[in-house]
Amino acid sequence: MKALSEIKQYLRLDKFPHIWCSGCGHGIILQSFIRAVLDLEVDRDKLVVVSGIGCSSRAVGYLDFDTLHTAHGRSVAFATGIKMAKPEFTVVALVGDGDVSAIGGNHLIHAARRNIDITVVVFNNYNYGMTGGQNSPTTPIDDCTSTTQYGNMEKPFDICVLAEAAGATYVSRSTTYHAVGLPKLIADGIAHHGFSLIEVITGCPTYYGRMNKMDNGVKMLEWQRDHAINLKQYQTLSEEEKKGKFVIGLIHLAEETEYTDEYLKIIKKAQSPTS
Amino acid sequence: MLANTEKNVKFIQGNQACVEAALAAGVCFYAGYPITPSSEIAEILSERLPRIGGKFLQMEDEIASMGAILGASLTGLKAMTATSGPGFSLKQELIGFACLCEIQCVIVNVQRGGPSTGLPTSPAQGDVMQARWGTHGDHPIIVLCPSSVREMYDLTVYAINLSESLRNPVILLSDEIVAHMYEKIELPEARDLKLLERPRPRKDPGEKYLPYYTSHPAEVPRIANFGEGFRFNVTGLIHDTDGFPTNSPEKTEALLSRLHKKIDSRLEEICLVEAEEMEDASIVLCSYGATARSCACAVKEARRRGIKAGLLTLKTLWPFGDFIFERLNPRVKTVIVCEMNLGQIVREVERASRGRFEVSGINISRGTLITPEEIIKKIEGLIRN
Repeated sequence: MKALSEIKQYLRLDKFPHIWCSGCGHGIILQSFIRAVLDLEVDRDKLVVVSGIGCSSRAVGYLDFDTLHTAHGRSVAFATGIKMAKPEFTVVALVGDGDVSAIGGNHLIHAARRNIDITVVVFNNYNYGMTGGQNSPTTPIDDCTSTTQYGNMEKPFDICVLAEAAGATYVSRSTTYHAVGLPKLIADGIAHHGFSLIEVITGCPTYYGRMNKMDNGVKMLEWQRDHAINLKQYQTLSEEEKKGKFVIGLIHLAEETEYTDEYLKIIKKAQSPTS
Repeated sequence: MLANTEKNVKFIQGNQACVEAALAAGVCFYAGYPITPSSEIAEILSERLPRIGGKFLQMEDEIASMGAILGASLTGLKAMTATSGPGFSLKQELIGFACLCEIQCVIVNVQRGGPSTGLPTSPAQGDVMQARWGTHGDHPIIVLCPSSVREMYDLTVYAINLSESLRNPVILLSDEIVAHMYEKIELPEARDLKLLERPRPRKDPGEKYLPYYTSHPAEVPRIANFGEGFRFNVTGLIHDTDGFPTNSPEKTEALLSRLHKKIDSRLEEICLVEAEEMEDASIVLCSYGATARSCACAVKEARRRGIKAGLLTLKTLWPFGDFIFERLNPRVKTVIVCEMNLGQIVREVERASRGRFEVSGINISRGTLITPEEIIKKIEGLIRN
């Protein structure tokens, strides 16, 4: 485990204090991301971190890399352009659940389909925190939010299943409670050559938590502890016991051709004298 | 395609001229989404870009195309996209992002009949105001409008140069006629083109760096490319000179004012206009795009009939060149604005006239070109009254 002093060198400390609420889990993900970058010894001048709009997206402002805070839902589209322009760069998108699975859902599935070598870290707090706690595509059924006051009636997206089905070749999930193992999951995603998605369940005690009987950060972490389960344990449970539980750890890993590699082949084909 | 390689004479359509110009001016990144009547630009670039090691991306939608070119541009590549009406509507949010973040990019909008899906294969000029005001908030924009295949070439080069040097999105507002019309043109040698580059930081990475700082409000900030070690932030929030968000009213005012001064202080340089038969004209046609071709024909016919007609063809629609109308000879009694819409530039000319001359319009939106006969009829009607 790296010392805190090593983490600080990758933070823009003059931008603190951060905007996140007391008890919010986003700082844990931010720290885990930095630990992943440190462990991988990524060239910090060739790392571009992109975000969309929402609480999660403000993470880029605190990171001392080239950072790009785009429009709501569009981070993966920008990231695709950056990676295609400069395949040698490491490109990471830090996104929210509404950001990437509602307004930006199309970009997510198509980047996954292309298997372009970018890494998406989803800060999933089950609601739109920045705008006052409305329901998102990941809000669990029956839960209350400021726009589902009688309980949410929509079936939520499982972002990991969605990414895998669309063609992502590295998919994993964790929570802010499981902070110790999180850097490794993010590092594996960045190191993986292809489209990677790491979903991190994080707490929003200010809105989602308060409206669902978890009005502080500790209660939210306890909920994560009690509902997250590793794959081996999950497989031993009955269908009844599986209800409400979610799997953490590596979910999907595959080797497929990567988009920018394939495009280099197209360039060679186009430049060959016979073409 | 007929080509005389010795003189580089080609018989090509406007969309191909746009591609030839973009490649000659150094565009090496394109992202787009198929839409009529702009698709030839994407199709030809998908073949040509990989040959020079450039990148072509067909994205999942119009918004993604816009995001991808902005991402690529931030790494230092000259990037462009092309679309038409409905696609142009979808791109608006990120055009605003590019205006505020000062990201170079060229957006070609080959206008077709609207609103909505409208008349996909027919010409129109209904997007003039959208090109100016389509994205929300006060923002500066440059919009160029070609009326021939040769101009599609020249104005594409000009659009890229303006965008690169001013760090502002530039819209090339073509139309279905100019895009699909075949004309014989002699392409300039790429090495003869004067190309402008983006202003570069004067400092080395590691020194204190303010990407959005300028010493003068009209100056263009020296923003680095990603990957050069400057490690700076770009945000669509109102930002300070360091690139980080601010809520300060003073800093907001300073930023928005600087963005506008960047364009307004170069008004006469940016605004291109072509004057024909203006020396003794008392009745002037004002037009742009394909409609200007009908106007040129009408001016000849009017002259043949003894009417002192002249023509102003606007190549730059935005920023609007009020000075062009302020400097008209007092002999000019009437300006007739001809456009394939129900009245967009005509109101700008009315505003710029400040009562110095009468302003009238031929504003027709039906999916076909305004004919020279219709213009002559209008001129003669005005003379009779």
